Amino acid sequence: MLNVIWLVLLVGSALCGVLTGHLNDVVIAVTQSANSAFKLALGFTGIMALWLGIMRIAQESGLVTRFTAVIAPVMRFLFPALPRDHPALGSMAMNIVANMFGLNNAATPLGLKAMADLDSVNREPGTASDEMCMFLALNTSSLQLIPAGAIALLAGGGSSDPTVIVFPALLATCVSTAVGVIAAKILARVRRFRTAASEGSEDDNIT
Amino acid sequence: MTTLPEFSALASNVLFLTFVLGIPLYGHFKGVRVYETFVQGAKEGFDVAVRIIPYLVAILVAVGMFRASGAMELIARGVPEALKSIGLTPDVLTLAVMRPLSGSATLGMLGEIIAAHGPDSYPARLASVIVGSTETTLYVIAVYFGAVSITRTRYALHAGLLADAAGIGASVAICRLFFA
Repeated sequence: MLNVIWLVLLVGSALCGVLTGHLNDVVIAVTQSANSAFKLALGFTGIMALWLGIMRIAQESGLVTRFTAVIAPVMRFLFPALPRDHPALGSMAMNIVANMFGLNNAATPLGLKAMADLDSVNREPGTASDEMCMFLALNTSSLQLIPAGAIALLAGGGSSDPTVIVFPALLATCVSTAVGVIAAKILARVRRFRTAASEGSEDDNIT
Repeated sequence: MTTLPEFSALASNVLFLTFVLGIPLYGHFKGVRVYETFVQGAKEGFDVAVRIIPYLVAILVAVGMFRASGAMELIARGVPEALKSIGLTPDVLTLAVMRPLSGSATLGMLGEIIAAHGPDSYPARLASVIVGSTETTLYVIAVYFGAVSITRTRYALHAGLLADAAGIGASVAICRLFFA
């Protein structure tokens, strides 16, 4: 899927560039984007280090384990194959909380920590596990309770009531998250997406 | 009286500080040597940042080319009447198409819609609700999987794009209920 979308974006953009007379802009965008991708990753290093440091303290102090226990019922439904005290449950929960409150600077580093924790019990290196796909479904479905960016733009544009969108957006977010979770649950059972590892995890838990 | 945006900013700050101050304090009382432990964990930060570079380059180059290509104008030109009648005007629809690809481009387009139609208009509200209920799916997939060097993403992108489509559909239906 990612292969197809990537190729369609590359070839489609070049074709559209020819059609609309923007071919020169497309060519410039190639090198500029590659350059800004590197700068983005490098600029991310400090925040990443900060949250990995904080997370290590949370782990060694036993805070992650306690936090995991509190949200265990939900996480057991979403990630049934993970052992109940697995550290990934704690880091995923912290990522989800940070996402809900719109703390993007914290959410991504915590999410990447969670991915590393999930990868430690991944049976097939290089291939996504069911837990990873579910975690990504949550993260790509929007968990943010209050859309701060949109509110700021409405307020900046002179809206008489910029927060009028909060409740509708919250409802729509619930729908998108529910669909993401259900889709991940169903797609995990589709033959085309199954792997040797996910076949094996049907009966026994990851140990 | 504090308004909701002010309250939400305050709540975010309090939560942020709860993480950054609360966790080291808790660790200290639990007998953790907080400074050493922090540095040990933070060491891995650079590795993660370097590991995601190839994935970021792949996605941002494709999205950058797409944004520069004028493809959005072509999409906007072909919007059928049926979509326009439910509020998906060309500008709102292109915003919805751009949403999974780029967060900054989407916010820019939202700004343009607010400027063109007015901040209290139906298109501005619909676009805001769409932005608030969807995510930059492609970017999240690239970065999260990139951090653990995973290239075979199985059904993660399918689930993410389905969630985005559901968010857009729900936004259209809910906005008709609330604002039409």
